[in-house]
Amino acid sequence: MIHLIWVALICIGFAFAAAQGNIEVVTKAAFDGAATGVTVCFGLISVLVFWMGMMRLAEDGGLLQKISKLLAPIVAFLFPDVPRNHPAMGYILSNMSANLLGLGNAATPMGIKAMQELQTLNPDKQTATPAMCTLLALNTASITLIPTTLIAIRLNYHSAHPAEIVGTTLVATAIATFAAIVADRWYRSRELRRPPANPPSQTALTPQPPQTTATPASSSTAPPVSSPAARRTGITAVQSRDTTWKG
Amino acid sequence: MLNFINLISTWAIPAILAFIPLYAYAKKVPVYDSFVDGAKDGFSTAINIIPHLVGMMVAISIFRASGALDYMISWVTPWIKSWGVPGEVLPLGLLRPLTGTGSLAFTTDLIRTYGPDSMIGRIASTIQGSTDTTLYVLTVYFGAVGIRNGRYALKVGLFSDVVGFVAAIAICLLVF
Repeated sequence: MIHLIWVALICIGFAFAAAQGNIEVVTKAAFDGAATGVTVCFGLISVLVFWMGMMRLAEDGGLLQKISKLLAPIVAFLFPDVPRNHPAMGYILSNMSANLLGLGNAATPMGIKAMQELQTLNPDKQTATPAMCTLLALNTASITLIPTTLIAIRLNYHSAHPAEIVGTTLVATAIATFAAIVADRWYRSRELRRPPANPPSQTALTPQPPQTTATPASSSTAPPVSSPAARRTGITAVQSRDTTWKG
Repeated sequence: MLNFINLISTWAIPAILAFIPLYAYAKKVPVYDSFVDGAKDGFSTAINIIPHLVGMMVAISIFRASGALDYMISWVTPWIKSWGVPGEVLPLGLLRPLTGTGSLAFTTDLIRTYGPDSMIGRIASTIQGSTDTTLYVLTVYFGAVGIRNGRYALKVGLFSDVVGFVAAIAICLLVF
């Protein structure tokens, strides 16, 4: 679907500009858009570098694992196919709490970290797992408790009650999030029923071959991933394979 | 209540910033090395996203600049006005999944023009706060791990945007 939307955006834009006789707009817009993309990424660098450093500290110190153990039941309901002690749980939780607090910029690196952890459980590295789709659904619905940016803007324009939208936002956000979870569940169960070309979430339950060799028998009690260092090398292996594939 | 919320939003990040290193240090983690190690990951992630974001931004930019978005908006506006909804907020529903900065700019403009405490201002604020830039989130998150087939994620994201948009308008008309 993303392919269709991408082509449609470009072609409709092209057709419109052509019909109105100002096709030169397309060229300018294309280069402007490219510049915006790079600018946004460079803006992200500082935030990503900083927060991912912090997150590594939280992980190495054992804080992340502690939090995820505490709140595991809630996340286990939303992400049934992620092993309970997997580090992805911790990142998913920090992503959700950052979203709740309206810390937009801080939520993105945690979400990306969660994605990278979920990718280690993914049998097909180019296709999203159901857990990844759920994480995206939660993020696009953007569960927000305090819309800080909006309150700031309203304050700026001398609103009598800058925070009066907190309540309405909360309700709207809750409804959107609920809808996202329901839709996600519906698609998930539909994919499970359909005889798939590649095996569905069941495969995500069984740990990856290279990881199981470390702790085959005790995997139910001990954390499935032995040491952070071992997992890290696992990730870099995956990434390097990806880049060679891209060519 | 409001004071409490303000307190949380100003203290949350500083408190986290102080607590995480302290906790890790107490657990005898080589904190600085560990931080730098993780930070390196952040850098490569940011660089990996660039192609994905450039691709998406180019398409969206062409779509907007050509006037196609304006045409879509003018086509739908009378239809939604007949439902008693101020048509001025409609562009937001179309902009929001496509561009975060664009829709924030539009919301700010609505608030500036009609006032933050007008119905339009309130609805715009609620929409902006309760939905997200689906295409951007999808691009960044999937781009960071090299996912090419997002399955049904986009459909779910767009669906929840529509629900959020409608819910925001309905709640505001109901409450204010």
